[in-house]
Amino acid sequence: MQEGFSYMAGVELPGVIVSVGRGGPGLGTIQPGQADYEQAVYGGGNGDYRVIVLAPNSVQEMCDCMGKAKELTFKWRMPVIVLSDGMIGQMMEKVVLPPFTPRRTDEEIAKQCPWATNGIGLKNRQYNFISTLELDAKEMEARNKRMTAKYNQVEAEEVDFELYNVDSETEYLIVAYGISSRVSMKTLEMLRESGVKVGMLRPKTLWPFPNKKINELAGQVKGILCVEQCEGQMVKDVRLATEGQAPVYLSGRSGGMVSSPQDVLEDFQKMASECATKSCPKGYWMK
Amino acid sequence: MITKEELIIPENKVYGKPSLMNDTPMHYCPGCSHSVVHKLVAEIIEEMGLEENTVGICPVGCAVFAYRYLNVDWIEAAHGRAPACATAVKRLWPNKLVFTYQGDGDLACIGTGETIHAMNRGENIAIIFINNAIYGMTGGQMAPTTLMGMKTSTCPYGRQADLHGYPLHITDLAVNLEGTCYVTRQAVNTVANIRKTKKAIRQAFENSMNKKGCSIVEVVSTCASGWKQTPEQANQWMVDNMFPYYPLGDLKNTVTE
Repeated sequence: MQEGFSYMAGVELPGVIVSVGRGGPGLGTIQPGQADYEQAVYGGGNGDYRVIVLAPNSVQEMCDCMGKAKELTFKWRMPVIVLSDGMIGQMMEKVVLPPFTPRRTDEEIAKQCPWATNGIGLKNRQYNFISTLELDAKEMEARNKRMTAKYNQVEAEEVDFELYNVDSETEYLIVAYGISSRVSMKTLEMLRESGVKVGMLRPKTLWPFPNKKINELAGQVKGILCVEQCEGQMVKDVRLATEGQAPVYLSGRSGGMVSSPQDVLEDFQKMASECATKSCPKGYWMK
Repeated sequence: MITKEELIIPENKVYGKPSLMNDTPMHYCPGCSHSVVHKLVAEIIEEMGLEENTVGICPVGCAVFAYRYLNVDWIEAAHGRAPACATAVKRLWPNKLVFTYQGDGDLACIGTGETIHAMNRGENIAIIFINNAIYGMTGGQMAPTTLMGMKTSTCPYGRQADLHGYPLHITDLAVNLEGTCYVTRQAVNTVANIRKTKKAIRQAFENSMNKKGCSIVEVVSTCASGWKQTPEQANQWMVDNMFPYYPLGDLKNTVTE
């Protein structure tokens, strides 16, 4: 499967992939999971390439994501993965459908997608070919450099996240996406009721990742809890983003099990008590 | 006496390079069948007037560079995925000529699944299948189409049934699939055979345009370099060894019958 993503990225072909996670590895279970974070964010196909990864956390967002994914994939000409999980994927919620967008006309394709291989206007243009092959290493490197420049631009422009209860008083931070963010919202409410100054950052794009914001908040908070339904994948990116300014703990279940708000609460309390008794020297990043 | 200038006039022209073929020097080895089939494809597209209505899908293998030689729009698919790619293109653009151009390593090994299912679904595409019984590009390794007893770089003592299984007659399998409308096996070793192959490819292209189902034109081919022979020896070896295994002729035609 990811062989195709690598090819698409290599020829800068737009495309949207929807991945709805279950418990793994292998056939695993058919219950919800978020263990495909690394598969989506770090590609899995061969070569230097990136894909934009969107992480919806409601049925409405799942729906909106498709339009956004289409827009992004044509804007940047790179694959976009909508990474969801079995819980969001099977949830029933109210949804407002966007207006129907008709298919591009031949004229629009010729104008907006001059790279398309459909023969249109061939007599008045050089023929198009979509190919990943480049046997000249120097040329291939130049192609990679060009794409890296594009990826850097995507990282600068397309990071998307949401903050809940984050202000200058925030002492603890939860980082969660997809179903984990829905569960964590409940935990957040429970903690706020008991007076704990905790906020949440929910990445809406997993690549590009909100490194800058996490880094900024890491300098302010005593501890960060990363909630995800796997044995710890996004947590590593959160740790990298903090650059050792705050300890990052993991709260998660896997194999198809989904954390309850109580599970997250218990992990939070454990983290908070450890962070309160330990100082966090520069460079501390492991739990 | 007639002068050279008087002789070279448009009315006297009997043969020319098809306009769709560009001047890029071909990378194919002397004696290879690819270049002849490329020329036929270019001639047919030109004759059918489909220059602005054609999408070719190139394979991985020697013909990976097909897009360098013919001035039509091309997509290069991953190993064996050409029929899947062609399916998408033809469904998006039902009125275009969509064809794949694949070797036996690509079509009958890596892409067996894609090939069988595209044919069985009756996708309105034309498949040109160059069968030289080995992996030519990578150095003459054994392919599913390698003949019994044939020596290759990965079966240096010859193909043996107990170790390597039997040659895959994928074109014969295609006959039994309801989605195929035209199944034929040709060669380009003689002028007569080149003409027959041209007719076959034209038929396959017309089937794609007329949405008659899936057509497959197998071209039994030489690989002089991979077979470690001269071009002449390769042609003779093909006649003596390949044709008995892969006999030429139409295997199925539901369109004109």
